[in-house]
Amino acid sequence: MNANYFILSFIFLPLLAFVISLFINEKQEKLISNITMWSIGTTFFALVGFVGYWLLHEVKSINLKEITIFQSKEYVFVIDFYFDRVSATYLLVGAFISFLIVRYSRYYMHLEAGYRRFFATILFFYFSYNFTVLAGNFETLFVGWEMLGISSFLLIAFYRERYLPVRNAVKVFSVYRIGDIGILLAMWASHHLWHENITFQKLLDYDLVQHILSEYQWTGLFISVCILVAAAAKSAQFPFSAWIPRAMEGPTPSSAIFYGSLSIHFGVFLLIRMMPFLEQQMTARVLIGMVGVLTAIIGYFTSIVQPTIKTQIAYASVSQIGIMFIEIAFGLEELALFHFVGNAFLRTYQLLVSPSVVAYLIREQFYNYKPHNDNKIKFWLSKRIYYGWYLLSLREFNLDAFVGKWIFSVFKRIGNKLNFLTYKNIFNYFFPTYLLGLGLYIGGKYFAKVHQTWFHDVLPILFGTIALLMIMKAFSERRYPRLAWLLVFLGHFWIALAVSHNEYFSAFELVWYLSGIAIAGVTGWYSLEWLKKKEPRLFTLYRYYGHIYEYPRLAGLFFICTLGLMGFPITTTFIGEDLIFSHVHQHQYVLAFLLSSCFVIGGIALIKIYARLFLGSHAKVYHETPLQSS
Amino acid sequence: MTFPKYEEEVVLHHLHHYLPHQNPLKDFIHQNTLSCFQDLPFHLALETATSLFGYKTYLHLSQYRKLFAEGKINPKILQKIIIDHKGIDIYKEWHDKLLTQQYDTALTNRLGQLHQVWTNHYHLNIEKEIHGFLFRFVGSYIDQGIAIQKFPIRNKSFLAAIKELESYSFSKIFKSKRVRDLLLHKHCTIKDLLNILVGEEQWYEQYLFDQQFAHAGWSGMVAVLEAHPEMLLDKRKITLHDFIIFELLLEIDALDRKFGVDKWLPLASKLPANVTPIFAPIERKELFEVYALWQEAYEWTFYDQALKGLQLAPEATNTSNKPHFQGIFCIDDRECSLRRYVEKLGHAQTFGTAGFFNMEFYFQPEHGKFYTKSCPAPLSPKFLIRETEIRKHHHQKDAHFSKHSKNLFGGWFISQTMGFWSAIQLAWNIFKPSETPALVSSFRHMDKESKLHLECNDHHLKHVNDLQIGFTVVEMADRLEGLLRSIGLIDNFSDLIYLIGHGASSVNNTHYAGYDCGACSGRAGSVNARVAAIIGNKAEVREILAERGIFIPKHTQFLGALHDTTRDEIDFYDEEMLSEKNRFSHKKNKEIFGEALSCNAKERSRRFLLTDSNQSAGEIHKNIKKRALSLFEPRPEWNHATNAMCIVGRRESNKHLFLDRRSFLNSYDYTQDPEGNYLFGILKAVAPVCGGINLEYYFSKIDNYRLGAGSKLPHNVIGLVGVANGLEGDLRTGLPAQMLNIHDTLRLLVVVEHFPEVVLRTIQKNSATYEWFVNNWVHLVCIHPETKALYRFMEGKWSDYQPITEQIPYTDNLEEVLLKTWENLPIYLLEQKQG
Repeated sequence: MNANYFILSFIFLPLLAFVISLFINEKQEKLISNITMWSIGTTFFALVGFVGYWLLHEVKSINLKEITIFQSKEYVFVIDFYFDRVSATYLLVGAFISFLIVRYSRYYMHLEAGYRRFFATILFFYFSYNFTVLAGNFETLFVGWEMLGISSFLLIAFYRERYLPVRNAVKVFSVYRIGDIGILLAMWASHHLWHENITFQKLLDYDLVQHILSEYQWTGLFISVCILVAAAAKSAQFPFSAWIPRAMEGPTPSSAIFYGSLSIHFGVFLLIRMMPFLEQQMTARVLIGMVGVLTAIIGYFTSIVQPTIKTQIAYASVSQIGIMFIEIAFGLEELALFHFVGNAFLRTYQLLVSPSVVAYLIREQFYNYKPHNDNKIKFWLSKRIYYGWYLLSLREFNLDAFVGKWIFSVFKRIGNKLNFLTYKNIFNYFFPTYLLGLGLYIGGKYFAKVHQTWFHDVLPILFGTIALLMIMKAFSERRYPRLAWLLVFLGHFWIALAVSHNEYFSAFELVWYLSGIAIAGVTGWYSLEWLKKKEPRLFTLYRYYGHIYEYPRLAGLFFICTLGLMGFPITTTFIGEDLIFSHVHQHQYVLAFLLSSCFVIGGIALIKIYARLFLGSHAKVYHETPLQSS
Repeated sequence: MTFPKYEEEVVLHHLHHYLPHQNPLKDFIHQNTLSCFQDLPFHLALETATSLFGYKTYLHLSQYRKLFAEGKINPKILQKIIIDHKGIDIYKEWHDKLLTQQYDTALTNRLGQLHQVWTNHYHLNIEKEIHGFLFRFVGSYIDQGIAIQKFPIRNKSFLAAIKELESYSFSKIFKSKRVRDLLLHKHCTIKDLLNILVGEEQWYEQYLFDQQFAHAGWSGMVAVLEAHPEMLLDKRKITLHDFIIFELLLEIDALDRKFGVDKWLPLASKLPANVTPIFAPIERKELFEVYALWQEAYEWTFYDQALKGLQLAPEATNTSNKPHFQGIFCIDDRECSLRRYVEKLGHAQTFGTAGFFNMEFYFQPEHGKFYTKSCPAPLSPKFLIRETEIRKHHHQKDAHFSKHSKNLFGGWFISQTMGFWSAIQLAWNIFKPSETPALVSSFRHMDKESKLHLECNDHHLKHVNDLQIGFTVVEMADRLEGLLRSIGLIDNFSDLIYLIGHGASSVNNTHYAGYDCGACSGRAGSVNARVAAIIGNKAEVREILAERGIFIPKHTQFLGALHDTTRDEIDFYDEEMLSEKNRFSHKKNKEIFGEALSCNAKERSRRFLLTDSNQSAGEIHKNIKKRALSLFEPRPEWNHATNAMCIVGRRESNKHLFLDRRSFLNSYDYTQDPEGNYLFGILKAVAPVCGGINLEYYFSKIDNYRLGAGSKLPHNVIGLVGVANGLEGDLRTGLPAQMLNIHDTLRLLVVVEHFPEVVLRTIQKNSATYEWFVNNWVHLVCIHPETKALYRFMEGKWSDYQPITEQIPYTDNLEEVLLKTWENLPIYLLEQKQG
């Protein structure tokens, strides 16, 4: 199976280059950019060759032999790769644009502080991109999805010494995480729907899908909605559109590759990928179409009134993606795919030449200017509507505030109810309640064996709720970084309890789940202790402190701990998370929702701790620092 | 401290004074970033700026110490500086302070003390709350062409437009009813609103400073547009007053939303006890004395060599060997090396003068709906020169900038068609940069084949908008005479005299106007060079000049040209009018120019780290030309990054020195101007223009976050007037980091070759010019033309200056020297003193 090696090389070549790039001296610009260019360039040409061969010979989708990472009696975690015309298109466009962007940045980034960081992040992104595009099942897709989120965070916060990039990076990351709830739940529900780790290839079996859907109509719809949420968050569709212009904080080529072309089209990818599943559900298609229509219109209106070039391009792109959603809803996936390619190229180029707009449009104005009358309002419009429309469009239809108010402020308000908790007293509360919980657990087991009571249903939800409350408190915590950290850390123990109650959860599985958390949690906690000792007066979550200026290594270590604790695929916890979901029963929607919220909000809370302590304008001003508004 | 009563006019005036004065992008010109402190001596001004506003104004202490350790600050100079300023008795003590003592270098300042109270005591980050919308709204109002659907009410003033929007629109700007009421029904003043927000009159001014300096970029832009509404082609009526009212209303709205109307107390009630009034006298710190000494030592380490070098000028040889041709260039530091090559390769004589060649006018290109000023920005010309009969329209279209790609269906169609073309175009441009319609090319400023309308009939003067079209013969003669006399070219004319203006080319460069000729208001100098040449060739003009004692031989011809400093290319205008003999020599000279340009490109290439300077000059030149076309090149050229001095004197007195493109060179012959009349004109321009360039580089480099524009890589274009970071950032002023990497932060040293008493009398004629020198914003040294003695201008009088440098290295192989390093080179002697 030569093809398999080829396909794997598209993933491992960038990964290898990424790892190498971490060990190169920051000063060696040429070497860094050469390695990046060679790895992406080679991938590109290999890909062209491979796709050419594939087109000439088989043109059948290829499912790679799966790699089993974890196996227990009733659960397997499988990494699976899948290659078909959709992945081929995405891979080709990705490689082509990344290659050009890297070559572009080689000069553009010259002498910029963070040169290596930039290229390493691009490589990491490219690796995640290929990984996601080639994913053959939900688990694999989710791994890639998570990595895309982190690389996005890193590129937006590239200018980490400034307030706005850091704040916006956290904001975008948060929206991405909301989308992740969708994927997590879709993954959970489809486990139960198919009773296996369904591969995307199997979805092509029309009769199978039809059979299953006819039986489990509502589960099918639930999965579709979850997927739509994930796709909408990633592709900046309604109501999540407002993150896209805010993400344009990095160097222009990184904005071009991320938000102009590649990353932004992942929602479309997900929908096309799930097409065999979605196309048989009219309701789902109508929903997708509605999201598309709303976004296309809102995006268009917002785009045309913006006085800043990148915002204008961003919304123009988003509204085109809205149209792609409509195309998908109509079942025109080929067209959507074609549309994606053109839109990706066009917006990349428009973003890259955006600084030229000054000279170009000023010249246009100089030679073609016509004195204006204030726009004559068309007869069917009143000032009331026209001005109102203008203001709404200028304000992006208040979508930014909308998401903030209806999602994040809710977490905050709930979390603030637990303000009696402090770093000092957290264990005083935790241990007794947890012991009580354990008691209930054992007692519950006993009772459950005897009588099938409501007890059995309520306890996991109770424990899950406690976990979620703790995590919301971590999210809203403003004062004590260590408290927020511990809350997320301890939250996992409640989650373990909630799931353990559900059914038999082996010690082995428990170790898988908690070992990663324990290592990351304890190391992270020590890092915080150390920082607190060094900077006792600059250690809260009220503001951004920018400690990375003085403690870059500590920041790096803590960042890795953050990733570990949030279940990023670098520790065993990641598989543990999936494992946990496999123990949530089919009818336990509430519990599944609680748990996925825990993971997602916990991730946001953690990245916030990292960002507030280590990123942003440095709190010490013995050197020059930027203003908040810069 | 007693507080002055709040008077609106005074406070607004103060704000206008202290806010940055940066023009919209198309009119970008260099100026002293801290001009608001220019009435103070340099070092005191810098300390004041830091104490008040928290700007970093000197290098970090550790950076000075590092420069010292690396030998870039001469220990002997340091010693001299300390002794000069502190006396010999405490020399040791100060020497230790400079080198080893620990200081608290925190940039604490007085801004934000009041504004912070919102965050600290009201738990409302008011800046975060309103900045985004404020910037976007004012950006939409001012926008010159980015938005496709423009701001609906553009003919009314800013505040009137807001009122109209708010009163009709169904979606409101303000949520609080009270605020809407204040806006629409009560003619509220700034004071009324401050009364609601702040409460105590003594803090009003300071509050406004906090508020406006939290986004100095936007406030500065509004202030500039208020003072110069003509800078926008599409006019808007906006004033700082309106802008402040709007922001105050937004603030009240934010507070009302959070707490409810009348449910919060004004800020003064929660004010901490220890607020320092913003303009209270500053407490002077020893650290700043240490900085000042280091800075002087750093500067004089370079100046000292240069001055010694100037003293070593060879004796003037009698000018029996007539130059093959003459060239008049701009004083620009970028022409410094090109002139060296032209002189050497072409046995030519060159002159430097402000690049508008003493021809001040507005220029209107064909099809242009507006005029552009073609002379230094402070002048207001009364003339208009029009271009006609062009071959190629100045403006070419590119569909990538079209509005349709942002339409729903247009976008749908374009992305699936032109999208694929974009991919090809992008790949093409990345691997083989070539011209696109987005290119800013100095050669496109005026069409080479066009005609210029220059003459006007004395008896039928035509005017457009109060501008006279063309010059009368006498007006022409006056200008040409001024040009020739100021550079001392009044005899020994060669057959061909080139007038070479300059401009720059780049693509994807928002600050393109800063790269062109500063003496032509940030445009290419082609029109001026051509106009001067046409005037110089006019028989009637020469007749008048002859009456005034300047005899230009009949066979002498002037030829206008443009040097593109980015691509190192040159183009000549009206070559067809040359006489046969001159045409023949011009053909040879063209080759010489070509070779000189390649050498120049090679010399420049050592500063471009990604270009291999070891290649042949021709090969390098090819690479350099691509820089102007490459989308990915943030540094098409280094512009003025190496500037450090300005020499006003005969070229013969500095021709023997290798100055490494670090000097503005203005030709001036003291023997022709014993009274200093022309010198006055030169210095009046040199101080603000060259000094302004120099100081903008200085401050942008030292505090790139607050006085510079930061990295340009993430910049987003706002309304075609400025750039900002991302969507919600403030407008950035100053220069981006990519213009500054190789800049050494030295003040400008102006060296004038004349008798000290004449120079002193000259600079005292104009108080604005004098301020530059007496407050040391630029250094002034006078070199005695006969004895070569040096006089340094300090505290209003001359003092002798003896260079410490004993020897200047000599080189006869410049190419080898140039390849050694990409950093600044020391001064070299190119000719050895005879005997």
